[in-house]
Formats: sequence, structure tokens, C-alpha cells
Amino acid sequence: MTTIATTTTAPPRARKLAGAGRRQWIGLLYVAPAVALVVVFFLIPLGMTAWMSLHNWPLMGEHSYIGLDNYVAILRDTRFWNALKFTAYYTVIVTIAIFAVAFPLALFVERPRPLTNLYRTMFFMPAVVGFASASLLWSWLLNVDSGLFSPAAYDLGLIDKKFNLLATFQPAFWSIIAMVVWKVAGFTMIILMAGLQSIPQDLQEAAIIDGAGPFARFRAITLPLMRRTLALALILSVAGSILAFDQFYIILRGGPRNQTLTAVYWIFNQSFVSFKLGYGAALSMVLLVILVALSLVQLWLLRKPEGLD
Amino acid sequence: MAQAASRNRRLAARIAEHSTGIIASLLFAAPIVWAVLSTFKPAAEARLPPLPPWPTSGFSLENYATLDTFGDGLWVSAQNSIYVSVMTVVLSVIVSVLAGYGFSRFRFPFKDLFFILILSTIMIPFQSILTPIFLVLTKLGLHNTLTGLVGVYVTLQLPFSIFMMRNAFDAVPREIEEAARMDGASNVTMLLKVMLPLVWPGVVTIALFAFLGAWNEFLAALVLMTDQSKFTLPVMMTALQSGRFGAIDWGAVQAGVTVMMVPCLILFLALQRFYIRGLMAGAVK
Repeated sequence: MTTIATTTTAPPRARKLAGAGRRQWIGLLYVAPAVALVVVFFLIPLGMTAWMSLHNWPLMGEHSYIGLDNYVAILRDTRFWNALKFTAYYTVIVTIAIFAVAFPLALFVERPRPLTNLYRTMFFMPAVVGFASASLLWSWLLNVDSGLFSPAAYDLGLIDKKFNLLATFQPAFWSIIAMVVWKVAGFTMIILMAGLQSIPQDLQEAAIIDGAGPFARFRAITLPLMRRTLALALILSVAGSILAFDQFYIILRGGPRNQTLTAVYWIFNQSFVSFKLGYGAALSMVLLVILVALSLVQLWLLRKPEGLD
Repeated sequence: MAQAASRNRRLAARIAEHSTGIIASLLFAAPIVWAVLSTFKPAAEARLPPLPPWPTSGFSLENYATLDTFGDGLWVSAQNSIYVSVMTVVLSVIVSVLAGYGFSRFRFPFKDLFFILILSTIMIPFQSILTPIFLVLTKLGLHNTLTGLVGVYVTLQLPFSIFMMRNAFDAVPREIEEAARMDGASNVTMLLKVMLPLVWPGVVTIALFAFLGAWNEFLAALVLMTDQSKFTLPVMMTALQSGRFGAIDWGAVQAGVTVMMVPCLILFLALQRFYIRGLMAGAVK
């Protein structure tokens, strides 16, 4: 496992060469374009977000310094807190749902067998389609008149009246969960599969000889040895879900009755529909703090097992 | 007897296994297949529920033809999407190969700082800094331009692709470089003639991820491209699906979705090996 940390391996021989010092500086030129892009499109915007959050900043006209007023307003912004609550709820449910589908799939495709490669490819295909395409596709499947699910259930006689899946919260919410699981499960499956394959086969065999049943082996060998893989799959799923926007915007427009507005959606509304840029920036700062806190938890989850490399 | 029984049991297990696999595969493929098949219905039939999914009143490309009649037309959006994706691929490959080489082979001041800075951008999602990005682009005169969007997309790719390329360069033995240097190769020739062929698989991987990322991105394109003539496919199709051009033409929407999905699927099927490699490289980090 490589870390993203600070292991710079300096070429020991190059150091001794005469004039090598200047040649090493050329490295700066090689990384300059990347650093410039990160400064322009990441560092400056990040600093500006903090700066703007202290201002009343309309799209047109002058902006004015208002101190912490935006943050005070956030405290009273029940719709933002509702959006955060909904985002958290969605994140928990969708992550459980993804794992419930992806883990069995990973166990299924882990060992090489005839057709396994085909199955893997089929399960993975929706993952390379964009979220926007997938959302547009499912908004059609879920449509009450021209779609698939409701008319099909009607034709089969399962329901006696066409049922609009997107009109009330529960069916709409679970429709989104189904769509996201369809789209993401294959991706999580591949990550979990890599974790499963890294477990030494002889450990399992030794446990079988010792008389351990499949369940005991899963608990005592598979799960502990997969901790970092599980953590990674969990992190990717959580990080992706907290930032969810496309599917709620395209399929539900935040409805029914604004019940499915996510945090990013609310920031989008404030910044680019109401054009309260300063307030949107303050909301972004709150989201940023939450995400950075989560990143720290993630780093802890991904720590190396003690006593091992 | 016992042998036959165990053979039967194994056969039964295999049948159960493959029927599970086939049914699950069909479930995953069904929405895509359903959408693609239904686009070949004549427009009148495409308005009805897709039962069955394939056209029953004759094969037609009407849905694709009507796409070009909404707003500035599908072809304009498709061109925008192609331009943005190709430029993102080209620029992110150039920038990441240079940076990966620099981080792998040179020692210079602030090297660790720069590397950590680039990688730490993953921790802070661009969704939360879109407003200032919008203002920065305006300041640079890149407001509402595809070039500005490309700049944002390339920056989004950098943490993954620079990490990937640095590891690829790290894996090339230094002896190869030293031998080339003895022969008098300059830094640039070394990179292009000696190193690039050796890290080629990494380049394909980052190019693939850059393409898929740019082709499928929605929120930044929605926010930054305000003029219809600059819409990329996801933004254009969402406008169509929201009824911005009158009654929603589901046949046309699915035709658009097909145009958006097919390049991704073809690239993935052709370059699967590189995709999984990239996923694994990202996963072990």
C-alpha cells in the first residue's frame, strides 16, 4: 500500500553530480502548470468562499461587509437544516442499500469461473454511465404516463389505477434509492472484490481444516482482513451521497413539496437561483467544515492495521 | 451411486449459480437496453409506455431527428460536449504527465507542499466552491465559455491523475534514465522518447477517467454555462426533460440519453482493463 504522504525518494546519485542542484530545480517547471491550475481553480476560490461568506454579495451591484450575519441567518434557516437532515438520512439509507447489493455481488464474482468476467462487466456497466444520463433515463421509467413501472404494474393487474411514483415522498425517495443502487452497486462491488481477493487463500483453507463453518470464517477472517477495503467503499459511498445533486434535481426537482432538497441543492438554489452569493458561500463553508471533519474520520478509518506495515 | 449423486448436486449448484448470474445481469442491463430499444420507435409510439420496449409499428430514427429541432439543437450540444471532453483529456494528460514526471524525478523547494496541496483538493469538493469559481472565470474573461469549463474539469482530474502518473514514473527503473542521459538525451527528449512509452498504460487510464468525468459532469456545466449555445449534452437534455421546449418528448429524451450513454459504454468495454486498473490504483491510495 502506498501512502499519499511525504515519502520523497531523492535520487541519491544525482545529488552528487556537479550542477545537479540546478537541474533539480527544473522540476518546478514541470509541476508549474498543475500548481497554477490548482491555485486558480481551487485555492483562490476556496479563499474567496470564506471571504464572500462575510458579505452581502448580490450577483449585480456592490457587495458589502456584514460580518457574521450570514452565519447567524443560517442558524435560523430551517430549510437548510432540513436539507442537511434529509441529506444525512439519504446518505445512511443509500449506503446500506448499496452494500446490501454490492457485497453479495462481490462474493459472487470473486472467484474466477466461466462467465464471471461477463457478469462483472454487466454489473459494472451502469457505473460508467453518468449520473445525469441515468437520472434522465429513470425519470422516464418512473413517469406515470409514458414510463415503464406504473403502466407495467397496471397492465399486469397489480394496481387498478395508474400510480404516480413521484408524487409523494416515500415512493419517490425509494425510487431514487433503487436508481442509485442500480448505478453504483457495480462500482462498490469491484472495490469489495479487490479486498476479497487480497485475502490469502490458505487462511481460509486452514480455517476449514480447523472445522470453522462458512459464517465463522466470514466473521473471523473475511471481515477483519477487509477492514480497510470496507472503509474505503464506505467512504466513497458516503462522500458521493453527501454531495448528491443530479438525481434529485433531474428526477424530482427537489419535490414533492421540497422534501428532497439536499444540502448541495439548497446551496445551488441560494447561489444560482436567488443569487444570494454571500449567503451561498456561508452555507458552503458549513458544508465544507462537515466534509473536512468527515475526511478526518476517514483517514482514521483507513489507518494501517497496527503491527503491520 | 454416491458419485452420481454428488455430480448431480454439483450440476444443480452450477445451474443455480448461473441462473442467478444471468438474472442479475439482465436486471442491470435492462434499463439501458429498454431505453436504447425504445428510441427506435416512431415518435407517436414513443409517447406510449414502452411495453414492449422494441418498436412495434416500424423502425424509425424520428426521435434522433427531432432532437436537432429543440433550441440550438442536439448537434450543437454534442459538439460542445465533444470539445469539452477532448480538451479535458488532452490538457489533463499533458499537465499530469509533466507534473508526475516532476514529482517523481526531481528535488526542488516546496515539492512536498505542492504534492500535498494537489492531492488535498479531493477533500474539498468543487460543489462547495462553485460560486467563486464562477466569479474567477468572469474575472478571467472566461465566463460562459467552454474553455473555462475545461479549466475546471482539468483541475478536478489533477489529484487522481497526478497521483497515478507519479506512481507510474516511480515504477520506471532509474538505470534506464541514466543510460539515456549518458547518450546525451535532454530532459524533454528523455520524457517523450524514453519515459512516455514506459508509462503509456497510466496515460490511457487517466485519459479514460478524464473523458468520462468531463462527458458526464452536470452541476458545474449547469451553473457555469448560461447561454444555450454553450450547453453540454447533460444540461441540454435536462432542459428538454424539464419541459423547457414545450411538452416533454420522451422519445427524444431517450434518444439524447442514448447519445450520452453509448460513448461511455463503448470506451469502457474497449478499455475495461485500464478502467479497472485506475480504480484499483485509486483504491489502494
